[in-house]
Amino acid sequence: MDYFSGLQLKDLGFLAEAAGRTLLISGVSIGIGSLVGLIFGWLLTVLGRTGRFLLNAVLDVFRSIPLLIQLVLFYNLFPIIGFSLGPFAAGTLVLTVYTVALVSNVTRSGLESVSPDLRRAARSLGLSYWQDMRHIVWPVGLRAVFPAWVGVALSVVKDSALVSVLGYVELLRASQTLITRTQEPLIILAIAGAFYFALSFPMARAASLYEKRWAQ
Amino acid sequence: MDYNFHWQPVIGRLPDLLLASLDTLQVAALSIVLGIVIGLLLAILRMNARGRWTPLQWFAVAWIEIARNTPVLFQLFFFGFGLGAWGWHLSPFMIVLAGLSFNCAGYLAENFRGGFQSIPDTQYRAARSVGMSAGQTYYHIIIPQVLRKVWHPLTNQIVWAVLMSSLGMLVGYQELTGSAQYFASRTYRIFEYFAVVALIYYALVKLILMASRMLGWRLFRSEGGV
Repeated sequence: MDYFSGLQLKDLGFLAEAAGRTLLISGVSIGIGSLVGLIFGWLLTVLGRTGRFLLNAVLDVFRSIPLLIQLVLFYNLFPIIGFSLGPFAAGTLVLTVYTVALVSNVTRSGLESVSPDLRRAARSLGLSYWQDMRHIVWPVGLRAVFPAWVGVALSVVKDSALVSVLGYVELLRASQTLITRTQEPLIILAIAGAFYFALSFPMARAASLYEKRWAQ
Repeated sequence: MDYNFHWQPVIGRLPDLLLASLDTLQVAALSIVLGIVIGLLLAILRMNARGRWTPLQWFAVAWIEIARNTPVLFQLFFFGFGLGAWGWHLSPFMIVLAGLSFNCAGYLAENFRGGFQSIPDTQYRAARSVGMSAGQTYYHIIIPQVLRKVWHPLTNQIVWAVLMSSLGMLVGYQELTGSAQYFASRTYRIFEYFAVVALIYYALVKLILMASRMLGWRLFRSEGGV
């Protein structure tokens, strides 16, 4: 009886499907997380002392605890409070909150980087608060931290590999399954690694070029 | 809610968990030290890449980019099963150490490179022309400035190393997270164990940040702190 079998063409399809799941879970988390993170980042610049301190303290918790622990905690919390979430929902929730914690920090530093003089100039030209936001602060401030946001998004894509502990079959878990069957760790890990690399490297490069051009 | 929290088994295991957190700190500290040494070498190699690249420079660039553009878990799996294909079987501790050092070296190399490149060449030349040797120039002029520039990213990297070492659980190393999983699997008190462990990580991170701030304040106080 032969328990192991070699790598077949349909295994590549299996990996591709899993890569799609990696993109799906990170895409959803980055999308929602960035929107909420934008709002929280803005809140951090307008709230009073106490509000800012509290919001910061809460967001800081998610940056100070390993993502792995957060995933396991949340996944086990929901059955306790009475309803159960699947691996995808729980994983997306944790990754989203994690993205919010990172993006709000990025947004805050972007909004704070806009000089008060520029804003005063805008306001004295007769722009309302929201017009100032829309036409001055967002374009200037958010563009300055765009490369940092790309960095956050890419780290969420990479960290989405951890959702595999909940049983969600994303790329890294799929490659592990295949390794167990085929006993070909090198080639399969190389394929999985190449996928992450091909996604992350060009984007990181583009962001750093953008940053250099912006700095000039 | 018809779930009863049982904290008693976790409290009983608290001494074991605190001992395990020493393993976490140990593997994180070792990988940061290795990461700094290798990261410096990689940064120097990469900075010297002008015009034609030698194989050594390709090696440095490949290391840095792979470390930064693939998941840490992938890197741990590579040291775990990947090397097994060549007949190299590392212990769980060595897998975590190798994976984290590989990762830290890649990230730190880019931080160091940024730090070195922010110091203008003219400072080096000025120091040499007032009679300092190359070693003195580095010791008195270049290194203190670079250290201040990389202090914050280095602190972040130390925090990351502590957080990432939790992946030891997935390759069979019983650091803090790994032992929590082991104890939890015997009592089925997963939530309670991981909640306590989350608190321990939070405390560790805050301690590291505080230590870094105090040390940074002492080191850089003549220049107005970090």
